[in-house]
Amino acid sequence: MDEARISRHGSRARLWLAGGWLLIALLAAIFAPLVAPQDPLAQDLMLERLPPFWLDGAEPGYWLGTDSLGRDLLSRLIFGARIAFIVAFAAALAACLVGSTLGLIAGYFGGWADRIISRIVDVWMAFPPVLFAILLVAVLGTGLSSVIIAIAVIDWTRFCRVIRAETMGQSRMDYVENARIAGYGRIGIMLREVLPNVVPSIVALLSLEMGIAVIVEAILSFVNLSISTDDPTWGGIIAEGRLSIHQAWWVLVFPLVTLILTVLSFSQFGEGLRARFDPVLR
Amino acid sequence: MLLQRFLIRLLTMAITLFGVAVVVFIVIRVAPGDPIAMMLPPGATDADIARLRALYGLDKTIVQQFFIWLAGVVRGDFGTSISLRQDVLGLVFNRLPATLELAIVALVMALAIGGTTAILGARERGTAVEAGIDIASGAALSIPDFLWGLVLILLFGVLVPIFDISGRVSPQLDLPFATQFYLFESIVRLRFDLTRDLLAHMLMPAIALALPLAAIISQLLKQSLKEVLDLDYVVLARVKGFSETQVILREALKNAALPTLTLVGVQFTFLIGGTVIVERLFSYEGLGNMAIDAVINRDLPLIQGIVLVFALLFVLINLAVDMMYALLNPRLRHG
Repeated sequence: MDEARISRHGSRARLWLAGGWLLIALLAAIFAPLVAPQDPLAQDLMLERLPPFWLDGAEPGYWLGTDSLGRDLLSRLIFGARIAFIVAFAAALAACLVGSTLGLIAGYFGGWADRIISRIVDVWMAFPPVLFAILLVAVLGTGLSSVIIAIAVIDWTRFCRVIRAETMGQSRMDYVENARIAGYGRIGIMLREVLPNVVPSIVALLSLEMGIAVIVEAILSFVNLSISTDDPTWGGIIAEGRLSIHQAWWVLVFPLVTLILTVLSFSQFGEGLRARFDPVLR
Repeated sequence: MLLQRFLIRLLTMAITLFGVAVVVFIVIRVAPGDPIAMMLPPGATDADIARLRALYGLDKTIVQQFFIWLAGVVRGDFGTSISLRQDVLGLVFNRLPATLELAIVALVMALAIGGTTAILGARERGTAVEAGIDIASGAALSIPDFLWGLVLILLFGVLVPIFDISGRVSPQLDLPFATQFYLFESIVRLRFDLTRDLLAHMLMPAIALALPLAAIISQLLKQSLKEVLDLDYVVLARVKGFSETQVILREALKNAALPTLTLVGVQFTFLIGGTVIVERLFSYEGLGNMAIDAVINRDLPLIQGIVLVFALLFVLINLAVDMMYALLNPRLRHG
């Protein structure tokens, strides 16, 4: 009893902390031109590799220091958040839509539909995902939409596998049988009875997938294959930081901390939401 | 029963691999950008380009190209790399051992870290120790290998520079090896100076790959152990006077390990998938690093070969786990 209350408190704290960070990052992304202290693209060789504000040699207005071209790190991180969030929302939604639909069909109808969809999932699971993503972006050409498409094309299987299994479980329950006896059509039962019961899992997965999408985008910019190299991206900043690691550690540390916080928040937020929605856990 | 299961598995494996071959072939062929044009100097004539296209079979239809390639693959001929101008299979076999050694070292680490923390957490269940392990494994699980790699580079490459952060082996060393399995060979030849150098290069990428898997093993094994520890036969062992650690190691572990084993198989393929970017991060000369170069250079035959080898590796691991599960699970063995 006590343990349950502690874990409920814990999950609420997690939800708030994670949601708080995501909200700050999202607001920064939306209002980037207003909150960024400098132009993220402005180069100034007189200001190259300035340290963050608490170290000797820092310049006022360049809170987190500058990179090897004298560009303000904080402003680049804020503008990078825009791309991160656009990719996170668009790619995760697309993957969710495709994967959940196929998972629902495979799990509810079974038979041939299930066999074909499961075989396709097997094929997809045999690809190394990062290599697949790099290959797809190379093929589609760099750019925001290519990155989004690549992530959706690769990660729909994550939704499909989970939703298929959940739908199968739900379909065996009495209430589905009752609905059938009551004369509802199969598609009607699937959408009106089964779907609402797998929604908590979909929401949790969606949040998790957003975190994964942010990482994949960072990996793609790290190997220089994301969007155009002019726009600041978290992965692009990390790639620069990796190169100048011995001269300017802050160029790697701050984007890394930002990424870790964001990814942790997305996964914790998803877990927290599931705990809230799930009647068994609640 | 087992044989039948094995044969069905083998058939689905072949279908999966065929599917992978089709998908990668289609994806690559719709790629814009002419790999042949990139190979030739700017002054090349159309005739030169046409000759080279014919040489690499790029002048035929996609379906023809696919079956020509597939017929070659079945004979063990994966074609010639466009950017490196060498036999694809040779290139892949040259790099695969480096990736396999890294993946296996990472797997051993994950089992060691995950197993130890699971046993510790099960023994100290309900205490602050268990809570600490839960928090640590939660964080290790949520942060992917790419970010762990960067954290490790900062910690042990820059802050406390005790490990090498790039390459597979120190370049100034003389390598007496006959195969590409450097680590294995250095142990067999008793050249432990080389073993140490190889491990010093391998340690950080291996930890980055191992941490998320270690967290999964820790969580699942701990859960299974806690369930088993309440069963009668374990209680009996405790009554007989065994200590809690002895009870876990001698009685509970055997029966709790089976669900974890199945999961480790699938997760090991994810770990191998992770080598692609982790190798890049640490400039480790493995298959994944070569794959990224191949994509950047639009080296179609090399990409196809590497993807297919990865896919083969994945399905073989799944097959092995499935068979192991069938052999170890008494319900399936006697069913």
